[in-house]
Amino acid sequence: MTEFTPLSALAGGALIGCSAVLLMALDGRIAGISGILGGLLPPRPAADWDWRLSFLAGAAAAPLLWRLALGAPPGFVVSAAVPMLVVGGFLVGIGATFASGCPSGHGICGLSRLSRRSFAAVATFMATAAATVFIVRHVIGA
Amino acid sequence: MRRDLAALISGLLFGAGILLSGMSNPAKVLGFLDIAGHWDPSLAFVIAGGVLVTAIGYRLVFATGRPLYEPVFDLPRRTEIDAPLIAGAATFGIGWGLAGFCPGSVLPVLASLSPEPWLFFAALLAGIIAGRVARSRPTAPPAGAGPAPGVA
Repeated sequence: MTEFTPLSALAGGALIGCSAVLLMALDGRIAGISGILGGLLPPRPAADWDWRLSFLAGAAAAPLLWRLALGAPPGFVVSAAVPMLVVGGFLVGIGATFASGCPSGHGICGLSRLSRRSFAAVATFMATAAATVFIVRHVIGA
Repeated sequence: MRRDLAALISGLLFGAGILLSGMSNPAKVLGFLDIAGHWDPSLAFVIAGGVLVTAIGYRLVFATGRPLYEPVFDLPRRTEIDAPLIAGAATFGIGWGLAGFCPGSVLPVLASLSPEPWLFFAALLAGIIAGRVARSRPTAPPAGAGPAPGVA
């Protein structure tokens, strides 16, 4: 059970938005993590690996800067057992690759561009994600 | 070089945004998806904040005609809603609902060196590679005009 945190959610979302706008303004790229990451991976990784690696390094280093500036970053609680993490991770990866995007690419960038593909993708993954959580928590009771 | 510094800063902002929003915590993500349980609407506010800023920001940026460090905007060109999109999104959603992590939300928690995010991340990489292999085969359904997904 987690608390509703509207202000930090809005502020965090706005910061994510700033990140996306900056990446587009300076580098002309969509801030879609599955695509940025995918371009580094086989088969046929993209030639522009430099900005991709830089972006991902920045995202991974953010908690370290947070710690320097503000103290301990927010914690997290993982309720999924190891098999669910592994199966879930694999499905997230292969699913995002076929869908050409994930919540950052489709949810933030795509919706902002009024992309009909993104509206369809977001509606679909929200629906199956909610259904999955319903089954896991309320049917199976895991 | 400058495009890399820009990307690094953008990545830092992204990671900070994920941390501030609470989306690095699978419990909050699953709390949003758990519509039949104790519902936490926070993720909707994250998306609202993100889309509001990005929609306005993109309009301003696109009006300038080109990015600062690149010759053109690299934008997705496809518009049709096809089977890979829907099947992929549906599959993504199942995985997201199982793990509570997605590609973006896991990045800023890797530094904690906690094993769970790394397990997810390893499986994520395997899944992306499997997807790229599947989409690169000659018998795979055509990806349509433009570059293959995930490749700029």
